[in-house]
This record gives sequence, structure tokens and C-alpha cells, in this order.
Amino acid sequence: MQNKSRQFVSFMTLFKKETYRVFKLWPQTILPPLITSSLYFLIFGTVIGSRIKEVQGVPFLLFMVPGLVMMSVIINSYMNVCSSFFIAKFQKSIEELLVSPISYHSIIFGYTLAGVFRSMCVSLFIVLISKSFISYDFHNLVYLTLFSVLTAVLFSLIGLINAIFAVKFDDINIVTTFVLTPLTYLGGVFYSIDQISSSWKFFVLINPIFYLVNGLRYSFLGISDVAVGQALLVLCFSIFVFYSISYTLLKKGVGLRP
Amino acid sequence: MSALVIENLNKTYSNGRKALVDISLSIDKGDFYAVLGANGAGKSTLIGIVTSLVNKSSGRVSVFGFDLDRQVDDVKKSIGLVPQEFNFNIFERVQHILENQAGYYGVPPEESREKIERYLKLLGLWEYRNEMARNLSGGYKRRLMIVRALVHSPKLLILDEPTAGVDVQLRKNIWSFLEELNKEGMTIILTSHYLEEVEYLCKNVAIINRGEIALKSSIKNLNHYLPTKTYIFSVDHSIDTKKIKEHDNDFHLKSIDRGTFEVTLSSKVSLNDVFSYLEEEKIKITNVKEKGNFVENVFVKLTKGDHAK
Repeated sequence: MQNKSRQFVSFMTLFKKETYRVFKLWPQTILPPLITSSLYFLIFGTVIGSRIKEVQGVPFLLFMVPGLVMMSVIINSYMNVCSSFFIAKFQKSIEELLVSPISYHSIIFGYTLAGVFRSMCVSLFIVLISKSFISYDFHNLVYLTLFSVLTAVLFSLIGLINAIFAVKFDDINIVTTFVLTPLTYLGGVFYSIDQISSSWKFFVLINPIFYLVNGLRYSFLGISDVAVGQALLVLCFSIFVFYSISYTLLKKGVGLRP
Repeated sequence: MSALVIENLNKTYSNGRKALVDISLSIDKGDFYAVLGANGAGKSTLIGIVTSLVNKSSGRVSVFGFDLDRQVDDVKKSIGLVPQEFNFNIFERVQHILENQAGYYGVPPEESREKIERYLKLLGLWEYRNEMARNLSGGYKRRLMIVRALVHSPKLLILDEPTAGVDVQLRKNIWSFLEELNKEGMTIILTSHYLEEVEYLCKNVAIINRGEIALKSSIKNLNHYLPTKTYIFSVDHSIDTKKIKEHDNDFHLKSIDRGTFEVTLSSKVSLNDVFSYLEEEKIKITNVKEKGNFVENVFVKLTKGDHAK
């Protein structure tokens, strides 16, 4: 069998296994983010949001939708890859991959695309839930697809890198708790940069997630605090950097081969 | 052609521990080879390097002529590994574990199913194919790992303690299964703590002690490495212990009980000398067996003291 078709079979095997895991563990992978998002829509959108005036010319509930979708893309893609890869390491089933001729590219693609798959499933459900609260149309579907898929790719890669270095279960939660969640909440999910004081603006502007949230907000609503093309470029560059890091770590066997 | 050639292999772990020191080894195609050593001697490190689970510090490894550094994919395709510890996802079903493993080697499910069915039936796992792996007993898990190592049709099978923790009946089943594979031409490398297993199955052996090769030999020539051999004789009546003393220079006899005694021979003395002596004394032998196991005796001699550590 040709090497390329053999590698495709290897990649598809890993991808199918990882996506099957997403469905099999749906009470852990799909349901919790849907419940959390529904609560956000209910409390911040309907109960509190009705008392908040429009933000950048749109109702607060609608302003919040892209931010919540981006939040779920980031957390779900990251967690899916990080937990799955770490558990495979923990129970040593990762050796099934290491002894086989599956390429490092196939391993990265297999895990990353499964992370993208989960985050897209969750995001789709969140969009459907949001539409039951408020009616809207998408401003730019191409940007919407690009921002959501590329963000999922980026955070899947970050999850993979974290799992490669992780030695105990606590290590996979540290980044979520102390980095991703604070950066996401402070990344403009619930507010526009115009609404905060100039002293805080600096911290918002150095937060990379702020650009992702605004990119997706532009795709949804046609409004943004940043230049969308620039955000997309940074996103692509970040993917290139983190992909290269993942590949190098796997090739050297860091955290995998003593 | 050699199935496996290892030249000047060294491994030093990041904590400074030298696990392998200048190991060189050549295993012929079709061989059934044992690698023995006390716990921590370096066996698993050696297997880990050959199967790409451990990075080597220096040296060269080639499998069926494929170089590990330059042709790693060909090396990986040639090897099937049964590791010491269970290393599959216990929440997956048996069939899925096997199909996925074949898939990682580039074998699509429609091609691997027939082979999986054959091996599952041969090892008595067929009826458990839809069971979750965690529900299998230790013996079945061990067999699952053997089938998993074979799904991509390797030419070299490496088994690290394949019968650890399995009952006697199952161990014999696994032995005959491995014998069949070897007869079909598969090269097999085995590590085991059951030295009678090694004596029964293997043609050649290497003993590793503290990361170095202490001995390489065929199993049948291992006797040469023992200065003495001990046998237990059962006879039809008790023997005169005073007369035994007279033969102390040739062989040493020690009475165990009435009708049973132990004979220790130096490697220069033949067992025929003992038979002749007993015949002269008109003592009828009812049974003779070797005390312990000669592989075990060589192993203990070469790795003396390391077990305690």
C-alpha cells in the first residue's frame, strides 16, 4: 500500500476514534457547555440584559452571542484534545500510536480535528439555543467559518502541547482555570472596549482572545473593536507556531519517550 | 538475514542512571530468543528502544536490515510488541482496540477483520470481542495484547513477560500458540521470569546484568556455564551413606530421605558414573530428575545478588 494512503488510513482511524469518544461521552463533552450557555442567555440576556442598553447598536443579548460561541470554541477544543491525549498517556494507550508507523502529522491532525469537531458541535447547539432567545442573521459566513474553525485548531494545538507536558491530572486544568477562563472573560465576551476605562484598555488590547471574540462578532453582527483581517492573520501565524511546536515535541518524544 | 542487530547500544536516563552499557546482539531470522535479566537489569529499556518507546543515547539498531534512525517506519511495521503492562484503553471494546491498532499501521478494518477473527478464535477471545476491555480477566487481557501485536502481520514479535500472572493452563496455551507462530517463520523475542518457559520455548538466550550482556548462548549449550549440576534420584531402597563418602571426589551424594538422594556432579563427571556406581551397589533407580532448572541455575549464577537489589 502506498505510504500516503496508509497514512490516510492511520489518520482516519485516530480521527474516528476521537470523534466516537466525543459522542460516547456526550454527557461530559456536549451537555455541560450547553447548560452553561443556556444559563448565560437566560440570566445575562433575558433577566439582566433587558435592563442594559444596546451595545454598539445591538441588544446586549445579541452582542453576547458571538462571545459565548467563541468561549465554547476555545474551551471545548482545548479540553477535548488535552484530556484525551493526557488520559492516553496516563493509561499508556498512547504507546499504541508510538509503536506504529503513524506519522506525527497524522497524530496532530487526528487529535486536532477531533477537537475542532467537538467545538463545532457544541457551537452549533449554542447558536440554535441563542436563536430561541433572539432572532438574527449572520453577517459574513466565510469569516464565521474561518474564525471558528481556525480558533478551534489553535486551541486544540495548545491543548495537545499542554497534554504532552502534563504529568498529573491537575496539570490539564491549570491552563483552563488560570489562563483560558480569565482571558476569555476579560476578552470582550460581555463588553465592548468603548465601555471600559482607558487604563484597562491596555490589558484588553494585549489579550489575544479579545481579537478572536471580535473577529467572530464581526462575522455574526458586522461590528468589531479591531481590524478583522489583522486578527485572522495573527490567528494563522499562531497556528503555524503552535503546530511547529507540537510536531517538534512529538518528534523528540518530550513527555512521551524517556 | 538477521532479524535484529544491535550494535554498541547505550542508554543513560535523564537522572544519570545507565540502563544499557554497550549492548551488542544479533538475532537470526526465525529464532526464538530469550532475553533474561533481574528486575531493573535493562530488558524493558532494550525492548523499548527497539520498539521506539524509548530514545537511545547512542548505538545502532536495525530490524530486518532497516535502520532505526533512517527507516523507522519500516522498523515499526516489522515489529509486533506485547508489553509487560496492560496499555490499552480499558473503556474500549476488544474489537475496536484491535481494529484501531491495525488502522494505526495503515490496515483498513475490512482487511484486518479476517485476521482479527482468526487470532481471537485461536486464543479463545472471539466470544468476548464486543466486551469492554476492563471487563476481561487478567489472562484474557494478556491474550488481547498478543492478538493486538499480530494484527498488522509483523515478522518479529517481541513479548515482555507474556505469561506474567496467567494460570498454568493458559500459559501452556500461549506457549503452543507461540510455538506455532515460530514454526510459521515468525522471529520471536521473549523476556520472562518463568525460566522453564524459556527452556521450553527458546533456542537462544542472552542474559543482561546491570545493563550489560553477561551471556549469549544457545539454550542447549547453557549447561557449559554451570560448574555443577544437581539431580534427584529415587531408588528402591536406602543406600549406605558411608559408601557414599568414598565417591566424594567424583560426585557428591546427599541423602534426602529413605529412597531419595541428591547427586551433585562437576561438569567433568558424567551421569553414567553415578548409574555405574548404583548398578554396582545393586540399587534400582525408579526416577531421576534435575534439581531446579538449568536456565534458572545459570541465570542465578550470572546475576547473583541482583535480585535482592
